[in-house]
Amino acid sequence: MTTRPGAAQSLKDLVLVGHGMVGQRFLEAFVEQPGAAEWRVTVLAEEPRAAYDRVHLTSWFSGTSAEELSLTPAGFLAEHGIDLRLADPATAVDRAARTVTCASGAVLRYDALVLATGSYPFVPPVPGHDAAGCHVYRTIEDLETIRDEAAASRIGVVVGGGLLGLEAAGALTALGLETHVVEFAPRLMAIQVDEGGGRLLQRKIEGLGVNVHTGAGTQAILTGEDGRVRAMGLSDGRELPADLVVFSAGVRPRDQLARECGLPVGERGGIVVDERCRTRDPHVYAIGECALAADGRVYGLVAPGYAMAETAARSLADELREEHQFTGADTSTKLKLLGVDVASFGDAHGATEGAVDVLYSDSRAGIYKKLVIGAEGQLLGGVLVGDTEAYGLLRPLAMGGKPLQTAPEQLVLPSGLAPASGPIALPDEAVVCSCHNVSKGEIRAAVHEQGCATVPEVKKCTKAGTGCGSCVKLLGTIVTEELEAGGVTVDRSLCEHFGHTRSELYEIVRVAGIADFSELLDRHGRGGEGCDVCKPAVASILASLNNGHILDGEQGALQDTNDHFLANLQRNGSYSVVPRIPGGEITPEGLITIGEIARDHGLYTKITGGQRIDLFGASVDQLPRIWRRLVDAGFESGHAYGKSLRTVKSCVGETWCRYGVQDSVGLAIELELRYRGLRSPHKLKAAVSGCARECAEAQGKDFGVIATSAGWNLYIGGNGGMTPRHADLLAADLDRETLLKTIDRFLMFYIRTADRLERTSVWLDRIEGGLEHVRQVVLEDSLGICAELDALMDRHVDAYQDEWAAVLADPDRLRRFTSFVNAPGTPDPAVTFVPERGQIRPARPDEDGRILTPALVAGPRLEVRSA
Amino acid sequence: MTETLTRPLSAGAVTGEVEILDGRAWTRVCPFEELTPGRGVAVLSASGEQVAVFRDRSGALYAVDNRDPFSGAYVLSRGIVGSRAGVPTVASPMYKHVFDLRDGRCLDEETAPDGRPAVLRVWSVRVAAPEGGR
Ligand code: SRM
Ligand SMILES: Cc1cc2nc3c(=O)[nH]c(=O)nc-3n(C[C@H](O)[C@H](O)[C@H](O)COP(=O)(O)OP(=O)(O)OC[C@H]3O[C@@H](n4cnc5c(N)ncnc54)[C@H](O)[C@@H]3O)c2cc1C
Ligand code: SF4
Ligand code: FES
Repeated sequence: MTTRPGAAQSLKDLVLVGHGMVGQRFLEAFVEQPGAAEWRVTVLAEEPRAAYDRVHLTSWFSGTSAEELSLTPAGFLAEHGIDLRLADPATAVDRAARTVTCASGAVLRYDALVLATGSYPFVPPVPGHDAAGCHVYRTIEDLETIRDEAAASRIGVVVGGGLLGLEAAGALTALGLETHVVEFAPRLMAIQVDEGGGRLLQRKIEGLGVNVHTGAGTQAILTGEDGRVRAMGLSDGRELPADLVVFSAGVRPRDQLARECGLPVGERGGIVVDERCRTRDPHVYAIGECALAADGRVYGLVAPGYAMAETAARSLADELREEHQFTGADTSTKLKLLGVDVASFGDAHGATEGAVDVLYSDSRAGIYKKLVIGAEGQLLGGVLVGDTEAYGLLRPLAMGGKPLQTAPEQLVLPSGLAPASGPIALPDEAVVCSCHNVSKGEIRAAVHEQGCATVPEVKKCTKAGTGCGSCVKLLGTIVTEELEAGGVTVDRSLCEHFGHTRSELYEIVRVAGIADFSELLDRHGRGGEGCDVCKPAVASILASLNNGHILDGEQGALQDTNDHFLANLQRNGSYSVVPRIPGGEITPEGLITIGEIARDHGLYTKITGGQRIDLFGASVDQLPRIWRRLVDAGFESGHAYGKSLRTVKSCVGETWCRYGVQDSVGLAIELELRYRGLRSPHKLKAAVSGCARECAEAQGKDFGVIATSAGWNLYIGGNGGMTPRHADLLAADLDRETLLKTIDRFLMFYIRTADRLERTSVWLDRIEGGLEHVRQVVLEDSLGICAELDALMDRHVDAYQDEWAAVLADPDRLRRFTSFVNAPGTPDPAVTFVPERGQIRPARPDEDGRILTPALVAGPRLEVRSA
Repeated sequence: MTETLTRPLSAGAVTGEVEILDGRAWTRVCPFEELTPGRGVAVLSASGEQVAVFRDRSGALYAVDNRDPFSGAYVLSRGIVGSRAGVPTVASPMYKHVFDLRDGRCLDEETAPDGRPAVLRVWSVRVAAPEGGR
């Protein structure tokens, strides 16, 4: 960090205690204030790392790294000359001297002190609460110890059935523990949901394999001879065996520093602050979970903390205007727990005078929705369990406080049952993103004033959608509406030749039974010749619907160059060859054969990121000869060139690995063989892991399967690449047969409805209803199309044939594999290579490379290897 | 570079050898029926240059350089033939730049990475009568 010598005297000193979520947000808001340069900022942090995203802490268990959770952009601190002192907590404040003492002994002077010390987890003082095996759930370090101990534990008990407790329970289950939740209140998430919602929630949580004990208090933690947790004594006299306990019984504000220096704190804790977030001492501010706000509440959520951060930053810079004062906040929440959707917002319990409830409940479908309507017909709040689709829209409506324009039942009825009506209009003041306090008006302004035309642009410009993410869908709708209102037609047509989307064309081809491009263009197109957008897209649709070999007849002409030569074009015009290696399993003979073929044809070989082998540097003339040998040795096309199934990666699994619980290799091979050759809107990747350690990275795949002791968990919509996305759990503990059926339907549904070049990740985020909709379609047949999807997949499986074997068997298909029509056998003189690390690589323009002549490549050895 | 044959020929009615002119002489390409509508082939001219010859769905023929000015690779013959606002085109398979087949001009970018105009040389192409000889 830089101290600026010379300038130091004239600078005022700001000390921030606590570098948590709110502390970091404060820094970001503060450096943007006009007078920020007059301040020197020092931050004291108790934790060993800079601020990170505590809200998504649980995702650390599913592989999100500490770096990914970080909220402190690289270079941020240095750029603004902020001195962050990690693992050096403040221990005392002397208000008279205006100094802070740190654990390291340093004493810092301040002109302004901001306390953002957050909360600590409350641990009920029952006997044994500090025994080995007892944990809390707040920091990355907490999670590290829980993970380490879970490996040697069988049963985990979570104390507390609130938002955090359920999240912790979800994590323990995912770590493979038998999990129990003990909740003192008669229902789960008592703060957020009402009785009816709580009942349904409990059923859902139990459905995930978590045992729920409500109305039960923790009386004692019983330990064994080694001093470790052995069981939990409950208030009803029962004894619950336990190897690991996580306390999640609420949090308490960390107000000790303030208490000790004589600042007023609330009866139940929390540093008392006013609307400017200032304590009794005008030089000291408190924000976030440690503060007792002007409305007499301590907020345990991040959005109010962010609002306080903003307030304090402006207040310090003397930029505070009335509307930035912090007088209270919305406590809406949406549970992030996998597999259960719960949301509550506004006055969820109907505490307002004269409020009435509108209720929709369907226990069979597991849906419960309650809206609280005020005396003037305005929406006050609500609870949603099982289907939180409408949350993004309802929350801002509830905050708006205006009488509803729509009948309230329309807002809770499932779409099929609700009477048709136009989209529900949100007023401009409605806060769409509560994490960053962005209103609909600001989003609209970003579109028509600042020219943002896409959701990512609006996110960048307004910050909306960059917090918990729950508003992103609504954001998309508003952006589209706004663009359309501004006369920008959001054109979804494929290209100038077709006024349809890919999925519309798919339906046309499927229903009308169209078998070639010309017919489709003549009957449904806008004329012209077609282009490099619609031709491959239509080729893919025709192939998905099984119209014979992809190189036959007119179809051959539609294919991208890779499909056209069933190989991958490289930068110098040569091609690469990827034989299929299902599941990544290969025999020594297989390896030797590939090695021999590569050696004899002088090809460069490399292990790919997809667990197979790529052979580079082949000319088009060589391709059939290379494939003749590969096919003879039993290899098939790996479709590295196609928008189709690529690989199903596997980890070694139960067969060898000491942790494996199922045969992941066997399943991966079965899946790869089942879906090989399946053409789709974009490439498809998959993986199977043999246990929750997830060595096959299944959650980064379009579909991923993770073994559990009871079956297989199926995840969908994962993606690596440029915009990585973790997959979502679609269904848990499936048996093999149900698993295959579910994947079949998922894939066919995706193929049917996705846009061109839209990976499953993007598709899942785009389609209306998202994951829940897909779940209903493929598991509950909500659209009544499962029989059709099944039939299409059966047809694919039956009709599969190896594309390369079929090419080799047909001289007509082979004809295209010549470099020059008028000089067959002449190699492309422009494709030249030089040796590097014992293999070849393309020569650069300034290098004198060598053409690999057929005579040379046909020989048994390549010269560079002759030593 | 005289008359390029872009006049639609009704497919099927046409037979004969496709030929290109490299300034001095006509070079044989292949029989017309061997060209796939909507696709191209690479040809080595008498002077050793690489030419891409295309046939569109109506039977019209085009011949341009095979070298893609954006990648430097000789791959245009492997691109997809199409149209843009009525203009016959080919899209390079490398980085998908689209070229006007009539005059060789790139419709997406004017300049190639080496600073030269992104224009392909256009070659004359014809179908010689079966008995006609060269
Ligand atoms: C060969 C390989 C690199 C390697 O040497 O390891 C590779 C090579 C290419 N990748 Fe890849 N990718 C390879 C594994 C991956 C992986 C890792 C994996 O599969 O586990 C990823 C991330 C996972 C994923 O896709 O979600 C990956 C994400 C991409 C992307 C980004 C996709 C996205 O959704 O953002 C592209 C670009 C695209 O498809 O638009 C891409 C595109 C390409 C292309 C096709 C680029 C191109 O147009 O030339 C490369 C040509 C393939 C070829 O054979 O010539 N490649 N690529 C890997 C082949 C794996 C295989 O056995 O089939
Ligand atoms: C698992 C989990 C899930 C959550 N999910 C949600 C959610 O879905 N939605 C939501 O709104 N909220 C959620 N929360 C709550 C949210 O994380 C908090 O509201 C938010 O982190 C509060 O920010 P803060 O900066 O006030 O406190 P913190 O983020 O806790 O930061 C306070 C920091 O101050 C440090 N500190 C304390 N005392 C000192 C000292 N004396 N000297 C120096 N440093 C000190 C602490 O070590 C800590 O790093 C969740 C919390 C957890 C643990
Ligand atoms: S990361 Fe880029 S360079 Fe590497 S293989 Fe993938 S596309 Fe090619
Ligand atoms: S509401 Fe959380 S990101 Fe917008």
